[in-house]
Amino acid sequence: MLLIPCPWCGDRDETEFHYGGQAGVPYPERPAELTDEQWGEYLFVRDNPKGEFAERWSHSAGCRRWFNLVRNTATHEIVR
Amino acid sequence: MSEHPDRLWRNPEPRAGYDVVIVGGGGHGLATAYYLAANHGIRNVAVLEKGWLAGGNMARNTTIIRSNYLWDESAAIYEHALKLWEGLSAELDYDILFSQRGVLNLAHTLQDVREGSRRVNANRLNGVDAEWLDPDEVRKFCPIVNTSPDVRYPVLGATLQPRAGIAKHDHVAWAFARRADELGVDLIQGCEVTGFRKHGNKVIGVETNLGPIMAGRVGLAAAGHSSVLASLAGVRLPVQSHPLQALVSELLEPVHPCVVMSNHVHVYVSQAHKGELVMGAGIDPYNSYAQRGSVHVIEQQMAAALELFPIFARAHVLRTWGGIVDVTPDASPVIGPTPVDNLFVNCGWGTGGFKATPASGWTYAHTLATGKAHPLNEPFALERFTSGALIDEHGAAAVAH
Ligand SMILES: Cc1cc2nc3c(=O)[nH]c(=O)nc-3n(C[C@H](O)[C@H](O)[C@H](O)COP(=O)(O)OP(=O)(O)OC[C@H]3O[C@@H](n4cnc5c(N)ncnc54)[C@H](O)[C@@H]3O)c2cc1C
Ligand SMILES: [Zn+2]
Repeated sequence: MLLIPCPWCGDRDETEFHYGGQAGVPYPERPAELTDEQWGEYLFVRDNPKGEFAERWSHSAGCRRWFNLVRNTATHEIVR
Repeated sequence: MSEHPDRLWRNPEPRAGYDVVIVGGGGHGLATAYYLAANHGIRNVAVLEKGWLAGGNMARNTTIIRSNYLWDESAAIYEHALKLWEGLSAELDYDILFSQRGVLNLAHTLQDVREGSRRVNANRLNGVDAEWLDPDEVRKFCPIVNTSPDVRYPVLGATLQPRAGIAKHDHVAWAFARRADELGVDLIQGCEVTGFRKHGNKVIGVETNLGPIMAGRVGLAAAGHSSVLASLAGVRLPVQSHPLQALVSELLEPVHPCVVMSNHVHVYVSQAHKGELVMGAGIDPYNSYAQRGSVHVIEQQMAAALELFPIFARAHVLRTWGGIVDVTPDASPVIGPTPVDNLFVNCGWGTGGFKATPASGWTYAHTLATGKAHPLNEPFALERFTSGALIDEHGAAAVAH
């Protein structure tokens, strides 16, 4: 079980959270102008590093806010 | 079956180069090497494994084998695998303890019932054995399932694939490894691929902790680590790596005659040949390479198991473990070329690739031998994430391995 620091509520059990995957993937500004490759990439491809990973979490059973964490996917250590 | 041999493979030093280098000595890599040699006469092949042979997901899976997937493309490749499983002990001259005891997929809601019946019909149209059982028939087939109507998620019916079952995963790996080795394949353990040698856009070899090894073609078969390897070659894959856990109980008398899976309550259970109950559930939600997951996932799967099988209430958890599974957006694998010449990928089997081992190897060997798709793996190429021709198997694959 991960102990996750919610920026608003402090350390809480992982079971209170919902995972949101890679952070910082904005919706394309002009989707109609993307090629099929670019659109497919936006829809289906995310980084999957072994090591530090900036990711989204939502404190869904708490304050219900979204926030970013940097977590090490090889050790589960929450870096910041 | 012949006597067990003293050793199953040589432990050769790597040569300077090979026609084909396979990265990853799990089930898929070993099966690919065997079929390259056996079906295509390509024997100048190495399998490079960073740890020991078949110590990854091959050692950690719960060995459920079935082919009752929804879509034509999946039914074709998984059913090809099942037919190969049926002859595999004889072909490899090694008892893989393949036991076709039948797999039930339980339905607990009206939507489950509709989806299950639809899948039975789709399976039959594809020549895959499938039956719909009502709760009474479920009880007859597996008397220890709680089919009482007054539980939280009553059993409303189930799909049954009679030819489905389990096998002994270690034996499968060893059987493929032994035959591949006999045919001349070098199985090299403790050899980690750390980079690729490229000539322009073409891969011509790999860098390893044992030095460079040149290659005509390179085939990745690295399961949970596929993204890490592909990124070394500048390729991004539509794959996310997650922990998937399983557990066993102590050894018990035979009580559980088949395999029972339930997507809805999120657990599946079989009893291994030795007698331990083998249980698994879904993936942990976060990305990870740590080969372990969170304890609450195990707790939830135990709760679900007890709801279905009250008789297990006094069994004990002996051991839990995790593997790292490579999950794609449509719960179907990726097999085929990459944007880099001579570099091929076989990944994305996620939570359910053990059952596909022989067909994955069979078709991937064809692709590595000819440079072309096999009719059975063609729909699973990377292009589907551009064309949109996804093969969405979440219904058949979700918890259900
Ligand atoms: C808990 C669990 C339960 C499962 N249950 C089932 C089930 O019931 N039925 C089913 O069909 N499937 C199941 N699966 C899925 C199945 O195990 C996998 O889909 C399948 O084993 C993947 O193929 P593989 O055997 O080749 O993988 P692996 O055995 O993981 O082989 C990949 C190999 O690549 C090696 N490797 C990685 N990076 C490098 C590198 N840089 N250099 C050299 N080598 C490298 C790894 O060390 C590893 O040995 C389960 C998986 C898990 C974790
Ligand atoms: Zn909060």
